[in-house]
Amino acid sequence: MTALLEVRDLHVRLGESHVLQGIEFDVEEGGVTALLGRNGVGKTTTLRALMGLVDRSGSVVLAGEELVSTPTHRIVRRGVGYVPEDRDVFAGLTVDENLRLAERNGAARYDLVYDLFPELRERGSQLAGTLSGGQQQMVAIARALLNENRVLLVDEPTKGLAPALVTQVADVLARVSELATVLLVEQNLGVVNRVARDAVVLDTGRVVHIGPAKELLADTPMVHRLLGVGHA
Amino acid sequence: MTTFVLLTVTGLGLGALYFLIASGLSLIYGLMGVLNFAHGAFLTVGAYGMWFTESKLGGVPIWPRFLIGAVAGIAVGTLFAALVEIVLIRPLYRRHIEQVLVTVGLGLATTALIVAIWGNDARPVPSPAWLGETTTFLGAHIPNDRFLLIVAAILVLAGLETFLQRTRYGLIIRAGVENRAMVTALGIDVRKAFTLVFAIGGAAAALAGVLGNVYFTTVDPNVGTSLLIFAFIVVVIGGLGSLRGTAIAAVVVGLVQQYANYYASSGLGDLSVVLLLALVLLARPRGLSGSFA
Repeated sequence: MTALLEVRDLHVRLGESHVLQGIEFDVEEGGVTALLGRNGVGKTTTLRALMGLVDRSGSVVLAGEELVSTPTHRIVRRGVGYVPEDRDVFAGLTVDENLRLAERNGAARYDLVYDLFPELRERGSQLAGTLSGGQQQMVAIARALLNENRVLLVDEPTKGLAPALVTQVADVLARVSELATVLLVEQNLGVVNRVARDAVVLDTGRVVHIGPAKELLADTPMVHRLLGVGHA
Repeated sequence: MTTFVLLTVTGLGLGALYFLIASGLSLIYGLMGVLNFAHGAFLTVGAYGMWFTESKLGGVPIWPRFLIGAVAGIAVGTLFAALVEIVLIRPLYRRHIEQVLVTVGLGLATTALIVAIWGNDARPVPSPAWLGETTTFLGAHIPNDRFLLIVAAILVLAGLETFLQRTRYGLIIRAGVENRAMVTALGIDVRKAFTLVFAIGGAAAALAGVLGNVYFTTVDPNVGTSLLIFAFIVVVIGGLGSLRGTAIAAVVVGLVQQYANYYASSGLGDLSVVLLLALVLLARPRGLSGSFA
């Protein structure tokens, strides 16, 4: 295995708060790496820092290329897709417009997107703000899948979704992981257990555990200690 | 009845002038979060660009001179606005206090520079005689320049709507007004859209300067500053970032100003506009369109 994404000594300060305190981890090429931890430990900030959406220092190397001083739009063009925590679909644009906005380099993969989410084809002219939470999540994931990305940063894609939709999103993640490397922030450990190969655990802005996801999730005392939950 | 028609068309003309200034102001705030206090300077530069060009074309017949002057004024205003964005605003993204200071300073400096070069006195701007004549409409004798203002504003509104709805840059701007960070997270260099919006706003303001020359028949260094105040009121009433809200608010403000000046007392027009602003903010704090705080 080779590391596609190497994070070294990554710091983020938001106001007075030192949110990320020199985190270091690798994301191996292919499959899903889960970024886990209790609420407020810096998981979302980590993804935003990798995207360049917050000021950060340290080193983020994608396939040998340093990204830490690269602006967000150039990071994306180097093959990084992003599915934000709150979906962030453009409510005043239609589904089609949301997707069209995400097109890059003229090789948009609409066949793949509509294969995964056939509903989006039917709802193309509907305003994204009038979609259900699950449908908005489909739009958010579809935008990231529309282009051929090397790595996808996916932030809590099952948050607030009904159980049936959680299963659907997990199915999509499993399929997506065959197409690109995925760094997944996820609170639903059932989904993590199903799709993730590796796990990185954060606690108060530091990495406290790195290892195979299934080993971690099989160790109930460790799950309880690191994540503060019992794994069902 | 004829007085009411005259007041209504004149109010619509004034509203058209406000819309031309306010549309760029609204788009700039909506997309970039920049309260551009230098927007009046774009208008002033456009107005003086026209006057200066016309003054250098003394022997040319009035219609070509007027049109060449208008095109030059709009071009200078557009270029000035784009340069302001690139040189002054771009280094200050997310630094709102500094942006306010810089744009207020630029507005004052532009006026001071024009006073230093051409003096404080109003300069007459020659226009084709037809624009000063009247056309009878529903019994009222309406100055033709009112129709020019209204038609220009309708064309600008239609052009901006077409641009926003039908082009990729329009799509980027509409998305950027909602969530700028997410637009960049889709791989789009939103800075180009920023410059474009400033240039479009500058062009519309410069057009307002050109038409203001026709409406007022003179140009003076404070023309942009005085109209900017009403443009801000229009933008707040319409809802920051909303083009249609801005258009509706501009018409309402223009009409209220005209009716109050005539039916209440001369000079009450400005006060009535401020009262209207207070009423709208109390009833709909996010403006008529409901967009943005």
